[in-house]
Amino acid sequence: MVDPNTVTEMVAERRPPDLRRGVLGWLRFNLFNTPLNGAVTLVTVALLAMVLWPALQWAVLQADWIGDSREACSGEGACWVFISARFESIIYGFYPESARWRVNLVFVLLAILIAWLVIPRLPAKRWVGLFALVGFPVLAFFLLVGGSFGLEHVPTRNWGGVMLTLTIAIVGIVGSLPIGVVLALGRRSQMPLVRGFCVVFIEFWRGVPLITVLFMASVMLPLFVPTQVEFDKLLRALVGIMFFWSAYMAEVVRGGLQAIPSGQDEAAKAMGMGYWQRMGLIVLPQALKLVIPGIVNTFIALFKDTSLVLIIGLFDLLAIIRAGLTDSDWLGFATEGYVFAALVFWVFCFSMSRYSQYIERLLHTGHRN
Amino acid sequence: MNQATAARDDSPMIEITGLNKWYGDFHVLRDIDLTVARGERIVICGPSGSGKSTLIRCINHLEEHQEGRIVVNGMPMTRDVKRIEQIRRNVGMVFQHFNLFPHLSVLENCCISQTWVQKKPRAEAERTAREILERVQIADQALKYPGQLSGGQQQRVAIARALCMQPEVMLFDEPTSALDPEMIKEVLDVMVELARDGMTMLCVTHEMGFAKTVADRVIFMDQGQIIEEAPPETFFNHPKSERTQLFLSQILGH
Repeated sequence: MVDPNTVTEMVAERRPPDLRRGVLGWLRFNLFNTPLNGAVTLVTVALLAMVLWPALQWAVLQADWIGDSREACSGEGACWVFISARFESIIYGFYPESARWRVNLVFVLLAILIAWLVIPRLPAKRWVGLFALVGFPVLAFFLLVGGSFGLEHVPTRNWGGVMLTLTIAIVGIVGSLPIGVVLALGRRSQMPLVRGFCVVFIEFWRGVPLITVLFMASVMLPLFVPTQVEFDKLLRALVGIMFFWSAYMAEVVRGGLQAIPSGQDEAAKAMGMGYWQRMGLIVLPQALKLVIPGIVNTFIALFKDTSLVLIIGLFDLLAIIRAGLTDSDWLGFATEGYVFAALVFWVFCFSMSRYSQYIERLLHTGHRN
Repeated sequence: MNQATAARDDSPMIEITGLNKWYGDFHVLRDIDLTVARGERIVICGPSGSGKSTLIRCINHLEEHQEGRIVVNGMPMTRDVKRIEQIRRNVGMVFQHFNLFPHLSVLENCCISQTWVQKKPRAEAERTAREILERVQIADQALKYPGQLSGGQQQRVAIARALCMQPEVMLFDEPTSALDPEMIKEVLDVMVELARDGMTMLCVTHEMGFAKTVADRVIFMDQGQIIEEAPPETFFNHPKSERTQLFLSQILGH
């Protein structure tokens, strides 16, 4: 006799029902599942077409691509000749032509280093990373500034364009993250002096606009120091940008530190680890992983805000393009200029965003305990 | 063998005298005296808020006490960071919520303090880790991450992680309280095994079956004081104080 309430046979495992598979299935399920949704979809497509089609026509189909002067512009669509004619200055600024190979060399080295660090399969990450953080900046400094090893000196006021934008962005990013981490740890320190210093530092730099920082660095600072002492204007801007963003970074990282359960630190303590070991091996790796979106958000903001240096007379990508707009041969190509600048910024920022999402997936190790 | 273990073998493992601790104005530990001999297994029980966790957390200075003297393995506890870290190296701890490092694999969890605190070569650390993971019967999960394991498995890894430091004494802070009922036994089995091997153990737990099997002494705490301490058979069959009787009737009564 089998009790009807007792299960004698287990239900066999089955695949989930195939509702949403295939392009048509997906369309039907997501875009046309009710008459109203179908109508909304059609209206949206029509609106998109109305906006995107003219844009495409202007930017690609009717645009002028080839030529080296204003005569090449037909006036029907965008005239990208404006960009290609000025391409060299957009990349190098006023860097002397004979020395541009140095910039190229730095670009190539940088690209190789980044690719090496970004592609997980390549070996010796530790040494390449060490070189990228220590050797490369020194090498890049000597190559770009010159003045030694028989290289012609190129003052930083001649730097410009993409090269300057990247210099500021990379120095800012590489500098602000470690300073921010130290500030975040300091703000949580038990030592009143350390904590006080970090709080004041963070609140000061976070409380003033970046423009003010840049003005102070370029205009006010020289008034206070003797005239013989001259700091490079770019260097002053770099330090200002680094401190400014490190304050933001510190608060992002602090958010991550607070999200790590105290049990993690206790477990590390219980095994006899010292403060720096606990932070470096246990707490920070988890906290930083947690706030990758916030960190990259700050990186992107930093990257875009590099264009503010134009107000202290440094010619970054945007400033170089603006300067090109006032060239009497090329009046009236503001749209092309700004669209191009926006595109360059977008490409860099979007790459950072995508890479950060990839890293998040890579570092995911299941649920937190 | 370091100079700490060279202390005379008949000297007590842990010696606590006149321990007092306050959280703000709240007097959480009151005049605690406790001596634990080498190889002794002690179970500490008591109602929640009685200070039993706080007591064992004072032994490795996860909590700071305000009065009294704690000597672990011949070394008096001071406020000196180096001394505290030295003591902690001899004291393993297992937590209620495991506190495994979720960003490290099981094997890494077991190796990290060996390589960074004990400065062992990587290969040796890994060998020790694998031996001990074998002992807690979880060697096949060595390359998984804590988040991929069940609660019972995680707690066994946590025990292995503590054992990898070759501690002289193990502290267990309610090691089975956060586990689903069917996983409690696998963790208790590991603890019983450990007790048989002669490990000095202090366990805060409500597992009275475990106390009966392995404890040399059961300590009952209430309101920050040690109310009663006795061998398990005396403790369970002839509790002296009324509060102990009440507590026992509450946890054994159902």
